[in-house]
Amino acid sequence: MPLLEARKISKSFGGLQALNAVSLAIDPGEIFGLIGPNGAGKTTLFNVLTGLYKPDGGAVLFNSVDVTGKKANRVVEAGMARTFQNIRLFANMTAVENVMVGRHLRGRAGALGAVLRDRATLAEEAAIHKRAHELLDYVGVVRHAHALAKNLAYGDQRRLEIARALATEPKLLALDEPAAGMNATETRSLRGLLERIRADGITILLIEHDVRLVMGLCDRVAVLDYGKKIAEGAPSAVQRDPAVIEAYLGGALP
Amino acid sequence: MSARRHALVRWLQHDRRAKWLGLTLCIVALVVLPFALDASVGRTWVRVIDLALLYTMLALGLNIVVGFAGLLDLGYIAFYAVGAYTYALLASPHFGLHLPWWVLLPAGAVLAAFFGVVLGAPTLRLRGDYLAIVTLGFGEIIRIFLNNLNAPINITNGPQGVNLIDPINIAGVSFARTTPLLGIPFPGTHLHYYLFLVLAALVMFVCIRLEDSRVGRAWVAIREDEIAALAMGINTRNIKLLAFAMGATFGGVAGGLFSSLQGFVSPESFVVWESITVLCMVVLGGMGHVAGVVLGALMLATLPELLRHTAAPMQQQLFGKVILDPESLRMLLFGLALILVMLLRPAGLWPSPTRRRELTSARAPGAV
Repeated sequence: MPLLEARKISKSFGGLQALNAVSLAIDPGEIFGLIGPNGAGKTTLFNVLTGLYKPDGGAVLFNSVDVTGKKANRVVEAGMARTFQNIRLFANMTAVENVMVGRHLRGRAGALGAVLRDRATLAEEAAIHKRAHELLDYVGVVRHAHALAKNLAYGDQRRLEIARALATEPKLLALDEPAAGMNATETRSLRGLLERIRADGITILLIEHDVRLVMGLCDRVAVLDYGKKIAEGAPSAVQRDPAVIEAYLGGALP
Repeated sequence: MSARRHALVRWLQHDRRAKWLGLTLCIVALVVLPFALDASVGRTWVRVIDLALLYTMLALGLNIVVGFAGLLDLGYIAFYAVGAYTYALLASPHFGLHLPWWVLLPAGAVLAAFFGVVLGAPTLRLRGDYLAIVTLGFGEIIRIFLNNLNAPINITNGPQGVNLIDPINIAGVSFARTTPLLGIPFPGTHLHYYLFLVLAALVMFVCIRLEDSRVGRAWVAIREDEIAALAMGINTRNIKLLAFAMGATFGGVAGGLFSSLQGFVSPESFVVWESITVLCMVVLGGMGHVAGVVLGALMLATLPELLRHTAAPMQQQLFGKVILDPESLRMLLFGLALILVMLLRPAGLWPSPTRRRELTSARAPGAV
């Protein structure tokens, strides 16, 4: 049974049909790639799946629960965390504070607990601190724990965003172009990180332009073009699909 | 020079005895302050400090909304008005009700929190300028209601305000009269001072604790990036409403205390300018930094008074006549001070360490 299932998702903005009955099914434990030319609707689909957009039609099932049109915070609560294409860290908080915010969902302390600092609150805070440092260490930016997020190097910001998403204890991690703007070395080490995350039992949904990363990393790939899914399958098969080649390179000369 | 100062600071920070000594001295100074002011510069000044402490509570309350959660609120004084009128109407001859202060202060706080949510709920989708305009309108609506709710049924007594409000009365000691305690006569202004001091310290304590907590981090996350906060599973609606409610609560308490101190309230005390003043205290002091906000409030509440008392005599002495009326001079200098602070210290006079890092980080990255 798939972990995430999208059934005939449609979404339009004004007269533009961004998504046209797109269906996907992602199995637990796999790395699933979503590719397509610019403007194909990848990020729109991402936003629908993670609750930032309401679809016009179709349904999203996560872990066999219907999360269609649920608000983003409920979707994260269900176990699907995400990162953003244009990094959206809490720029003026430190790296460790960013990850601590990611633990918000799994904590319970309220305003009263914060003021009284009872034993339960103190224990929770200590656990949040510890977990945040572990995660920073896991993604490899622990040496910058107390630097402001906006002062981190670009690649570190991407990693920090992943750590923050992991802090919510997701079953599925959705990454929107994590390698964008990275050089070859950084991309290679990112690939190592993603493989480690998968090995730790987290399913990954990946939007990516870096073809080598997608082909080397993903178990299955779906290709979007003009809001429609034009191909799906193993990376090597998709790569040879004539429809995909046409979408990327254009058709033959008339 | 600097090395010696460093050694002194280190000693104060690390030696337990030094810490206790410093704390004791501070407390003694704060306890003696009203008597010292009374004896040296007159009772008016104790009253000025009383009001400064109320402004401190207001600024700290507004700091939760504006400084922590980043929601620009230009109608904050409305919550002060709600607290003040709750107290005034239920402890004065106006309705012939004389409920005790320990009922009215919490009641004012709860009612103000309720109004905080009422204001917050419809504005959840708004940010920045748009939110500022709606809250500005809200503040005016409250004031205009207070001004006009004297007909057909007289609820607020309109522009005349409510008079003869009962003072706070603790264990038979009325805060309106001079009362001898342990052989020392304590005037009402002094008694109010001590109460306000304790409550302002309490509000400060609550704010400091909140800042470094799960809720405080959620507020700052919303301020930094609301979409990302949502994507981290933060229920932005509830957390924003909590900020509005908590901020309003402090405003409501301060309002009730204001009623007791003044013995009289009227809509004139709750004009837009008051909201702006409190916002200036927050911004000038150091948005989001509790100690900075307290500094801003104390400064902006006392310096104009100082000017009021010195400007006219000084001009008289220098030029033989008063050229600039102190009231307009006050506005002039107020504006000038704001411009200067924004130019020279854009994060406020005493910004939080993180904010300071934000502004210096361009020059020294990683130098934390």
